[in-house]
Amino acid sequence: MDLRPSEQQRAVCDGVSDFLDKEVTPERVRDAEPMGFDAGVWRGLADMGVPTLGVSEELGGMGAGLLDLALVAEAIGAHLTPAPILETQVSLRAVERVDAGLAGQMRAGVEDSSLSSSLALRPARQGVFELVPGGAVSTYVVGLDGEELVCIEADPPGATGLLSNFGDAPLAHRQSDGGSRTVLARGQEARGQFDAALDEWRVLTAAALVGLGSRAVDLGVEYARSREQFGVPIGSFQVVAHRLADVATEIEGAQLLVHEAAWAVDEGRADAAELACMAYLFACESGQHAAAESLHFHGGYGFTLEYDIQLFHRRAKAWSLALDGRTGEFQNLADRLLAGSLAPSGGN
Amino acid sequence: MDFNLSERSERFRGEVREFLAEHVTDDLRDRVRETGTIHDWGLHRAMAEKGWIAAAWPEEYGGQGRDDFEMAAFYEEAVIAEAPLDGLLITMIIANTLRHVGTEEQKRELIPQMIGGDAICALGYSEPGSGSDVASVRTRAVRDGDEWVIDGEKVFTTLAHESQYVFLLTRTDTEVAKHKGLTMFLVPMDTPGIETRPIHTLGGERTNSTFYSGVRVDDRWRIGEVNGGWDVMGVALTFERTETGGTESARVLHEFVEWAREATDDQDRPRIEDPSLRETVARIAIRNEVARLMALKATWVAAAGGLPGVEGSMARLFYATRFQESCSEILDQMGPRGALQHGAEGAPVHGRLERAFRHSAVTTIYGGTSEIQRTIIARRGLELPSGR
Repeated sequence: MDLRPSEQQRAVCDGVSDFLDKEVTPERVRDAEPMGFDAGVWRGLADMGVPTLGVSEELGGMGAGLLDLALVAEAIGAHLTPAPILETQVSLRAVERVDAGLAGQMRAGVEDSSLSSSLALRPARQGVFELVPGGAVSTYVVGLDGEELVCIEADPPGATGLLSNFGDAPLAHRQSDGGSRTVLARGQEARGQFDAALDEWRVLTAAALVGLGSRAVDLGVEYARSREQFGVPIGSFQVVAHRLADVATEIEGAQLLVHEAAWAVDEGRADAAELACMAYLFACESGQHAAAESLHFHGGYGFTLEYDIQLFHRRAKAWSLALDGRTGEFQNLADRLLAGSLAPSGGN
Repeated sequence: MDFNLSERSERFRGEVREFLAEHVTDDLRDRVRETGTIHDWGLHRAMAEKGWIAAAWPEEYGGQGRDDFEMAAFYEEAVIAEAPLDGLLITMIIANTLRHVGTEEQKRELIPQMIGGDAICALGYSEPGSGSDVASVRTRAVRDGDEWVIDGEKVFTTLAHESQYVFLLTRTDTEVAKHKGLTMFLVPMDTPGIETRPIHTLGGERTNSTFYSGVRVDDRWRIGEVNGGWDVMGVALTFERTETGGTESARVLHEFVEWAREATDDQDRPRIEDPSLRETVARIAIRNEVARLMALKATWVAAAGGLPGVEGSMARLFYATRFQESCSEILDQMGPRGALQHGAEGAPVHGRLERAFRHSAVTTIYGGTSEIQRTIIARRGLELPSGR
C-alpha cells in the first residue's frame, strides 16, 4: 500500500504542469472557444510526447500505464486544456492492442504532422459516429461500426462540422464508412476491445474532472478568503466554509477512486471495469458539485463571463454529459456489480 | 502507487475472521440487539486471551505490535461480524491515554486490568449542557486534603452500567478561561455516590445518564495535572476510533442485495431487475468504495507517522453523511415492508435494515459531529479564516 506517485510520475506531471501553467492560461482557454482547440498548445504538448505517452516504447511512445496517464489528465483537466489529449491517448492505445503497425503510423502522424485522434463513444448508427469528442479536429476516429472495430482516417471537418455546445468542446459527427477505413477487429473481439477502450476513456475523463474540480475548489477558497462582506471575509461564515469543506472532501474521494481504478486497470484486476465505472460516475458528480458551489460563492460575479469559474462550471457539466445519460451508466455499473456477490470483503 | 493491502494485514484479517465466526454467535447478536449493550464479557475475555485488546501495542507493553493496517483489518472484520466491541474501543482510548500521561503507579495498577480483559471504562465528557462545547462542563471536583469531592451529572456515559471505571472530565477552577479550569479523573464505578440510569436510543443502543453526588476519590485517581484536563482530553481524542471505512455500509448493501435477489414486486417481478433499485445499488456501492479509500488513506498517513487530522475528518464526514443517505434510500426501495421490524411477518432481512436506518442517525453526531469535522477541514485543510 502506497498512495504516493513514483518519482518518475512526479517528474512527468511536473513537466506537463509547468508547460500548462505557462501556456494554458484562462485567456488562452477563452481564445480557443468555441472550437475548444488551440493548435499551439497541441503542438507544444505533442513535442513533449504527451498525446503519445501511452504508446509502447517499441512504437516510439513512452510506454506509460493508465495510472501515469490519469495523473497527467488531472493537470490537463485542471487547466481546461483545449486539445484532445485524452481522446488521442485512449484511441492510440486501443489501436495498438490490435494493430501495432497502424498505431505506429498514427503515433508518427501525431508527432510529425500535429494530427489528433478520437474515440467514438457510441457505436455508429447508419454510417455515422455521433457526437464524437474531439471529432471536429481529429484525423483519426476509432469506433465500433456494427460488428467491426474500425479506425477511420479522414480530414477533420473543423469549424464547419463543429456542433456548437456550452462546453466549447470540438464535438462533431463523423462518417464511419468514409475516408480510409481499417478494420481492427470483428465480433466478440471488437466488442471487448471497444469496452476496454471505453473504460480507459472513463478513467481518464474522471481524472480530468478531478483536476477540474480541484481547481474549482481552489478558486472558490481563494475568493472566499479575499472577498469581504459585512466587514469580514465570506469564508469565515460557517455556511460558506462548510459547503467548501464538503466539495473538497468529495474531490479528495474522487481522486482516490480514480487512482485506484487506473491502478486496477494497469494490474489487470477483475474489478477494474466496475472501478472505472465508479470513478467516472463519482468524478462527474463531484466535479459538477465543486464547480457549481464555487461559482455560487462568487456571488453575482460568478455569473459573469469575466470570472473564470464559469469556464469550469460549463465544462464540468458538459464533460459529464459525454456518455449516453448517466442513468445508463448507473445501470451499467449495477450490471457489473450484481454479476458478483457484493459481499463485504473488507480487504481486496 | 499500490492499493494492495499487505500480506501481513490480510493474514491477520483471516485470523480475526475465523475467531469472530466462532465467538460471535447468533445468540450473542440477539442478546446485543435486545439489551442494546454493545459489549459482551465472554467475547471480551476471549479477545483478551488472544492478546487482542491492545493488539497494536508493542509486545513489552502487553500487545502484539500490530501495525495500522492490521488494526484496520481487525476493526473491519469486527464490523462485518457485528462483534459488540464498544467496551474494547472505549477502554483502549483510556488505556492509550494512561500510557502517555499516567503516573507509573497508575500504569502499573490499571493497564493490566484493562488489557487483561478484567476492566472496561466509560467516557464521562458530555453533560446536559455540554455537547460539542465540551470545555463548558460543570461537574465540579473540589479538593479536600488528599481527596476530591465530585458533584454533577453526565450524559451519554455509554457502558457505565458495565464499566469498572469512568473517565471523568470535571471543573476544578471556575475563575479562569473555561478550558483552563478542567481536571480529569478515572473514577471507580463502585465508589459511593454514583448513580447510573439508562437512556434508550433511536438505534436501540443503550447509553446512560450518570449522577455524581458527594463522590469522594483519592488524588491518586487524578489523570494528568490539576487544571490540565483539557490537555488530557486532547490526548484521548487522538485515540478515538469510530467506524469510518464504509464497512458497515458495505454489510448493509450486501444484505439489501441478498433481499432484492429473493423479493418480488406486486406483479411478481423480481425486485433485483428493477432499474431504480439497481441504480440505488450502484450509487451506494460507489459511496462505500470512496469511504473505504478515504479511511485507508487516513490509516496510510498514520502508518507513515503522520497525524491524519484533515484526512480523518474527511473520512468521517463522508462516511457518516453518505451512510445515512444509503440507509434511507434502501428503505425507500422496500416500500411499506421497509418499516417492518424484527419479529414481524415479512420483515426484510429480519429487520436488520430498518435497524441500520435508525442507527445511522447517530453517525453524524458521535465522535465529533459533521459540523465539527467540516470546521476542521475548512480551517486546517482549506485554511479558511475562523469565524462563527
